[in-house]
Amino acid sequence: MTRVLQDFTTKVPIWKPHVRPVDLDHATPAQLDALQVTPSNRKISDYVLVLAHDAETLKHRSPLFNGIMYNRGGMSRAEREIGAVGASLVNRCIYCAAVHAERYSQLSKDETSIGKIFAVGVDAELEPRLSAILQFAVKLSQCRPAADAEDLARLKDCGLGDEEILDLVLSASLFGWANRLMHTLGEPVAE
Amino acid sequence: MNDVILRLSGIDPQSELAKVIAKRADIFELTQKTHDAALRPADPGGLSHAMRAAIACRIASLNDDAAFRDHFGAILDQAAPDETERQVSDLDYRASDPRISALIRHADLVAANPRAASGRDIELLRQAGIVEADIVRLSELVAFVSYQIRVVAGLRLMRQSA
Repeated sequence: MTRVLQDFTTKVPIWKPHVRPVDLDHATPAQLDALQVTPSNRKISDYVLVLAHDAETLKHRSPLFNGIMYNRGGMSRAEREIGAVGASLVNRCIYCAAVHAERYSQLSKDETSIGKIFAVGVDAELEPRLSAILQFAVKLSQCRPAADAEDLARLKDCGLGDEEILDLVLSASLFGWANRLMHTLGEPVAE
Repeated sequence: MNDVILRLSGIDPQSELAKVIAKRADIFELTQKTHDAALRPADPGGLSHAMRAAIACRIASLNDDAAFRDHFGAILDQAAPDETERQVSDLDYRASDPRISALIRHADLVAANPRAASGRDIELLRQAGIVEADIVRLSELVAFVSYQIRVVAGLRLMRQSA
């Protein structure tokens, strides 16, 4: 019995595709290249197999994703996850929100903020720096983007430098991309 | 660095901000490669280069971003669009062709209000004769352009506050 999830959760759900994933046994050389399939690596998620229908963008998407979320310097990995969570709140991507909320909590050892964010949303009472980061990510994620000079000034007042702000812009924007795939090409289910 | 993002965010290549951006040169290079793969892929499938540029124009308009609208409009011109493809770039266009109407409806939904999308919307694309691979190609185009517009929106704020 599966149940489609409608509310934010910290328990990472299963992602069920609406679009048929590419069958690895019938994948084209370009798809195998984009998927980076090797004899020892055939474990590929349904999500990535769905994206393999468009091998040309997938080829760049994976290194771009890893660069934005994990490269050295700039904003801490934990705070980048809040950029991802902010976008996922706006776009209501339950799956992305769960995965990146969990990563934030693990990386930061902060066990209370995510619960507040999921319960209250962008106005949750958080430590000022975290609140400024979340607010900025949420406003940048609107269509049209609504972050303004005041939101940026608030980041600077909380001590964020340009390198950190750039990484926040990138992580929140990246999830404007990821949410639009994850939330529209499939749905989160609990077993 | 010569790419769409720096140009559209109006950042002086000699500025301090440009130096900060240069530290993430790999990210901006991959972003440019994805831009080219989404707008002008070698294998466009069922979405012509002109149709992709026209849809990107719509997304720029939905985000109220004139610079991106001009950018994708120039790509549309280069792609030798037919009359319909040119009309698709206009938010007020009402397509009579059911396939094009379904493409436009879905692109606008995913760009402007992705939280409202569900499995039913994918089913509507299928009913209009759009195959699985083209559903993913359309989704990647809309999702990528939405990302790129936000990166530039953020960089413009950084430029203005520098």
